[in-house]
Amino acid sequence: MNQSQRKGLSEFFLESLVRIAGFSTVGFVILIFLYLLQQGVPAFVRVSPANLFGKSWYPTLNSFGTLPLILGSILVTLTAMIIAVPLGVATAVFVREIAPNWAREILKPMIEVLAGIPSVLLGFFGMLLLSPVIYRLGAPTGLTAFTGALLLAYMSLPTIISVAEDALDAVPKSYRDAGLAMGATQWQTVWRVVVPAARSGIITAIMLGLGRAIGETMAVMMVTGNAARMPLTPNSLFSPARTMTATIAAEMGEVARGSTHYHVLFGIAIILFVLTFLINLTAAQSLFQKRRKGGLR
Amino acid sequence: MLLSIAALVVVVPILVVIATIVVRGLAAISWEFLFGMPRDGMKAGGIFPAIVGTILLVLGTAVAAIPIGVGGAIYLSEYARDNAFTRSIRLAIVNLAGIPSVVYGLFGLGMFVLFLRFGTSILAGALTLAIMTLPIVISTSEEALLSVPTEFRTVSASLGGTRWQGISRIVLPQALPGIITGVILGLLRAAGETAPILFTVAAFYLPRLPRSVFDQTMALPYHLYVISTQVPGMPLSIQYGTALVLLVLVLSLNLTATLIRSYYRRRRQW
Repeated sequence: MNQSQRKGLSEFFLESLVRIAGFSTVGFVILIFLYLLQQGVPAFVRVSPANLFGKSWYPTLNSFGTLPLILGSILVTLTAMIIAVPLGVATAVFVREIAPNWAREILKPMIEVLAGIPSVLLGFFGMLLLSPVIYRLGAPTGLTAFTGALLLAYMSLPTIISVAEDALDAVPKSYRDAGLAMGATQWQTVWRVVVPAARSGIITAIMLGLGRAIGETMAVMMVTGNAARMPLTPNSLFSPARTMTATIAAEMGEVARGSTHYHVLFGIAIILFVLTFLINLTAAQSLFQKRRKGGLR
Repeated sequence: MLLSIAALVVVVPILVVIATIVVRGLAAISWEFLFGMPRDGMKAGGIFPAIVGTILLVLGTAVAAIPIGVGGAIYLSEYARDNAFTRSIRLAIVNLAGIPSVVYGLFGLGMFVLFLRFGTSILAGALTLAIMTLPIVISTSEEALLSVPTEFRTVSASLGGTRWQGISRIVLPQALPGIITGVILGLLRAAGETAPILFTVAAFYLPRLPRSVFDQTMALPYHLYVISTQVPGMPLSIQYGTALVLLVLVLSLNLTATLIRSYYRRRRQW
């Protein structure tokens, strides 16, 4: 082989290596999903749908009603979103459009710090310092769905804020200039021109934050009280609840491999995987469309 | 103005959390706490094995995730064309990033601990954490590579360099600070996660250092979780102390990444 042929071969070799590296991500997603399916499907075979989607979760008594867990997750996540979305979008708008430079230099690192705080640390703080506060505010106990929602909101905030900020960043300067040229105040320009222009990016931010919130495990496990009850009354917000993620984390250690309980836990994991997959798929669509169109979002 | 209240509501609690942990945890920090072995069912003594365990896990994660992550990023930014194959990779990355950490833990349990028979081990834990960190490493590395102006590559080609020579000698070194920042951010997430290591590596009271890659180990996040929820009579000072050590670890990684990023941003040649 002459030198040019050798170069060509090693180029091919290296290109294949990185191509495999790139494709491994697809491989991992498929692998994880298949494994979850393999371990979770026996649950759907062994347990009747009436049991699986029933209202009482008592695995030791063979009652595998996942409804309280699913509703618990929904309750905590939804409440967290109600808190986090206005806060996050407002903060993103503030940081990007209104804050003076010195404030921006402080805020952005702080938000990054929040993004880095491990969930177990926040859960620890929530358990020892936040829940007594909630208790003193009148809840029957400090470990409630609301406490969990509060922590969850703070965990999703960095995601929401940074993606929303990127969306606002992408709005061309000409939009702002045009608004001001037409006589609008800065406030009016921001809320009636810039934010609507960044609308799809902000929605993406919300979806990604939602995906983060649904999948959060440790912080909610430490503060929601872990009672698998049906959260049907408004009071439920200030009572203990249990999320799907906490259930898996708490019970997986004690379960006998191969038992029905084991398979049902994997079934719950499948639900979680599919949920986050769908949410991320939707968010990704708008992300990809952005890349293709360029310019206006 | 109104909006600044929102920003304050976001930022002030962060400071409160950090300040509380620092103030209450400082009392427990001592040479013995940091470098001593645990005693008396964890109610006394130090947390050295947990610190070592976390460091080992982070190193293992780095070794596994960096080659695949940076390699994949190189493929996406330098070689990939806009076709279905590439789109599927990007979709996969977004999805891997969104999978709940506890699902990773389950997968790690099934695949590494049981199926591949690694047992509850550092190997299993590190591999699980590596897959979890992969999307972060790939995304940030790709961004770093893409930010290197095209001129660098075209000039390299015009001087007779092959594609790979251009990448390895020119583009990669220029993108290195960005890549390193991304890797550190990914590793800091791996250091703090509990759910993936719950079933794959973590042990609670293991008053000796791990002997091999197939050994169990203590780890800081798991340790904090257990001593604050499962052990009655655990002195509060030890809990806060452990929390403080974890906080310091995470914050210093954060700080390092930020410093690297701002330093190289100023020195950048474009």
